[in-house]
Amino acid sequence: MSETLINLEFTLNGERVRANVAPHLTILEVLRNEFGLYGARESCGQGLCGCCTVLVNGESVSGCLYLAAMANGAEVTTVEHLDANGALDPIQQAFIDCGAFQCGFCTSGFLMMSRQLLAENPDPTEAEIRHYLSGNLCRCGAYPEIIEAVKLAAQRRKETASA
Amino acid sequence: MTIIETAPLETGAAPRQVGRGINRLEANAKVTGRAGYIHNVSLPRMLHAKIFRSTVAHGRIVSIDTSAAREAPGVFAVYTADDIRRVIPEPFFGPAFHDQPILAVDKVRYIGEPVAVVLASDPHAAEEATHLIYAEYEELPAVFNEVEAAASDIHVHEELKPAGTFPDLKHLAGRQATNVALDFRVRRGDVDAAFAQAAHVFDDTFTTQQVMHVPLEPIVTVAEPGENAGTLTLHTASQSPSFVRIEIARLLGWAENRVRVRVGLLGGGFGAKLYIKVEALAAALALLTRRPVRVALTMEEQFFTITKHATTFRMQTAVSADGRITGRRCEVWWNGGAYADIGPRVTQKSGFTASGPYDIDNVSIDSYQVYTNLPPAGAFRGFGIPQMVWAYESHADMIARKLKLDPVEFRRRNLLRDGQPHATGTVMRDAALELVLDRVATRMNWSAPFERGSGVVRRGRGVGIGFKALVAPTTSVAMVSLSADGSCTVYSSTVDMGQASDTAIALMAGDVLGIDAEKIKVIRPDTDSTPYDMATLGSRSTFHMGHAVRLAAEDARAKLRQLADELGVPADEPARAGDLLKRKYGMQAGNIVGIGSFIPPYTKPDHETGQSDNITPNWMVGGTGVEVEVDVETGHFKIVRFENVVDCGTPINPKVVDTQISGAAIMQLGITMFERMEFDEVGQLRNASFAEYKIPGIHDIPHRIGRETVDAYQSNGPFGAKGVGESSTFGVASAIAEAIEDAVGVRIKTLPITPEAVYRAICAARNEPLPEE
Repeated sequence: MSETLINLEFTLNGERVRANVAPHLTILEVLRNEFGLYGARESCGQGLCGCCTVLVNGESVSGCLYLAAMANGAEVTTVEHLDANGALDPIQQAFIDCGAFQCGFCTSGFLMMSRQLLAENPDPTEAEIRHYLSGNLCRCGAYPEIIEAVKLAAQRRKETASA
Repeated sequence: MTIIETAPLETGAAPRQVGRGINRLEANAKVTGRAGYIHNVSLPRMLHAKIFRSTVAHGRIVSIDTSAAREAPGVFAVYTADDIRRVIPEPFFGPAFHDQPILAVDKVRYIGEPVAVVLASDPHAAEEATHLIYAEYEELPAVFNEVEAAASDIHVHEELKPAGTFPDLKHLAGRQATNVALDFRVRRGDVDAAFAQAAHVFDDTFTTQQVMHVPLEPIVTVAEPGENAGTLTLHTASQSPSFVRIEIARLLGWAENRVRVRVGLLGGGFGAKLYIKVEALAAALALLTRRPVRVALTMEEQFFTITKHATTFRMQTAVSADGRITGRRCEVWWNGGAYADIGPRVTQKSGFTASGPYDIDNVSIDSYQVYTNLPPAGAFRGFGIPQMVWAYESHADMIARKLKLDPVEFRRRNLLRDGQPHATGTVMRDAALELVLDRVATRMNWSAPFERGSGVVRRGRGVGIGFKALVAPTTSVAMVSLSADGSCTVYSSTVDMGQASDTAIALMAGDVLGIDAEKIKVIRPDTDSTPYDMATLGSRSTFHMGHAVRLAAEDARAKLRQLADELGVPADEPARAGDLLKRKYGMQAGNIVGIGSFIPPYTKPDHETGQSDNITPNWMVGGTGVEVEVDVETGHFKIVRFENVVDCGTPINPKVVDTQISGAAIMQLGITMFERMEFDEVGQLRNASFAEYKIPGIHDIPHRIGRETVDAYQSNGPFGAKGVGESSTFGVASAIAEAIEDAVGVRIKTLPITPEAVYRAICAARNEPLPEE
């Protein structure tokens, strides 16, 4: 274990924050231990299940593999920020309406990826949805409802945009 | 006491709640990242525990050298079984047998068994120090296959140690020189005569593989010493908080009320988080260190903790000339791994259904729970039923083919009808077997011509149906409290692990009390405040806890009527609880508390014959139909239609029931097509991670997934309901095997059905077998 600590400064969910962390720690560990954010979660620990997905500078990363030191100066966004303006994000509401989760442990990751998908591709086909979410696992098997939720959120975004 | 004037009594209760398709009560928490899992628990001064595990499958421990680990930077302590014994003198746990040591004592019995533990404030420091521990073993021969182990001279345990919890296991106490932890049998009619007179006899052996539940929230417990010496709180991701409390209290020799067990939302359970997993270790460590201790397994470690039984099932069936099953012999060997866990219950409670949902006069079932030198096996969604259905429905399809009977028609001819006795002698009631089969067939458009193709891609279809007897007898207790503003709180120890039990409980309580489910608060299990419940397992909660909650709510209503009488006001509007309490106490004060407890009637089966006039309170039914496309050049196949139908009586929350049906079917799809724990010749697991152990992803699920609940009513169930969480696992595997045979003419009798297995079978069928690896 290294004794050296790294001084980190970054923007976390819109707020400028600082932390002194050991260089081997992941962003996931720092979110949990320093900032009490538990929405991104370690499950497989190998970057294969997507439960730990967070955004760094708008790009999704596996928080369990991403070293915290690499986030210095960056903008980090977690699921806890999606309703920062007091209302649920359309993707959150669509996940509720479609029943797109059971135990909920994978949900944060699916939400972050789905939201990024819709930002890149506002009107995805089912094949595109499956492709984009293929790095996220759901052991409860809520995939049919997740696909429906992404479609519903896309449709609602369109309606809002055209209104 | 002064009665103050209050507003006129409210009227107008909420409409019926049961049957409303509503969002789960915790939906908002789950989409905002704020849901309370035990995974999140972090306490001041908390130590992290990391486990050092056995590297041999069977061996005597010669020495454990922990000196280097103790000196590693940041390490607080390193403990072995000798240390555990300072706080728990008899450190053996288990729900059926007291056979599992908290840390290995004298011997190790599988690769991956916990041997020592390192504690540190920094989990990385603890983990690093585990690599500095050195254990020396005198290796013993090991046994891995369940059929071999049943007759082997290599014995995993010196003697059997039944827990005493189950009276029907007591006769096993002290039995030596055997790996058979339980042999359960059913005998009905004259099986030998049936086979002697049969027009056709079938004899096949089917196997299933060892798999793991892999809940995405890995197993985790935080043990916290209480404020007062001699008390302990366990924050644990457990499906069975009441059992954990009883078992930890037993290990410590304490009264139950000195142990508090608190559970959050579970990030998946599927049977992996039942009974004791790491709770006993965490408890011992907290007592030794007098600090909070977190024992959190990694995904990899879960594979070394609890699994689903691999099975070998030899099935012999006697059939008459007109396609009636006249006799059946079933021999099932369950690979229990090194520790019994709840395996003996699986062996019995699922074993007695091994002959299937068929009307057969002559039946013989032998079901053996066998110790081996592999990671332990226990409960897994379906509690052994999917292994049984795999065999009896595969056999049904093979018989129908041989007799040139339509597989749906063959099943119709043989299905048990209401009022007929099952092989155990218990008369079937409220099991909509025929209706489920009919609905699967209709959804599959079964009677229409089916194009099988003739090119590289061939098409085939199959159906399967299974049933499960609800595990009995078990107890649930619930409390309902109404406050003086009329709001309602339900206290129940049912664990919400994704099945939306909190929501179902609110719907059922609300139905009796005339309160919208969304306005009811359901308290998470905490043994300091929520009453006893056997466990959240085996689709038992809707039935058992449903009754307990219903009775508690009815009890509250009765008390309300009593109060109304006392106050001389009109009775029987439960929504008026607030007004009544205000009238009685002169201010917003007081509670109405209702209590309900439930245990169904049960007759334990005769030891020699397995016969019982009431072996279960109800039967859950599930059926599946699939269509596949198989590439004859590669063996790859795709599920193009996937229809799942269940009988769950009244669906309490149809929106959730639908997702339970597809979720369970998808889980079984993974077990049928990909999942397999792969062991090498010395018993080392080679694929304990998501990099090498594949579970279904979003690309693996069929584009069409049909799901349906048949119109049925469980007459002894709460609101006509029974469980649903497992039913659509039943028929999946055999239906896929049949669809593949229908498409390409080969029969797979071993799970999982991989493309390689199909391709090998295709090659073998054309007399060009591929060399074994």
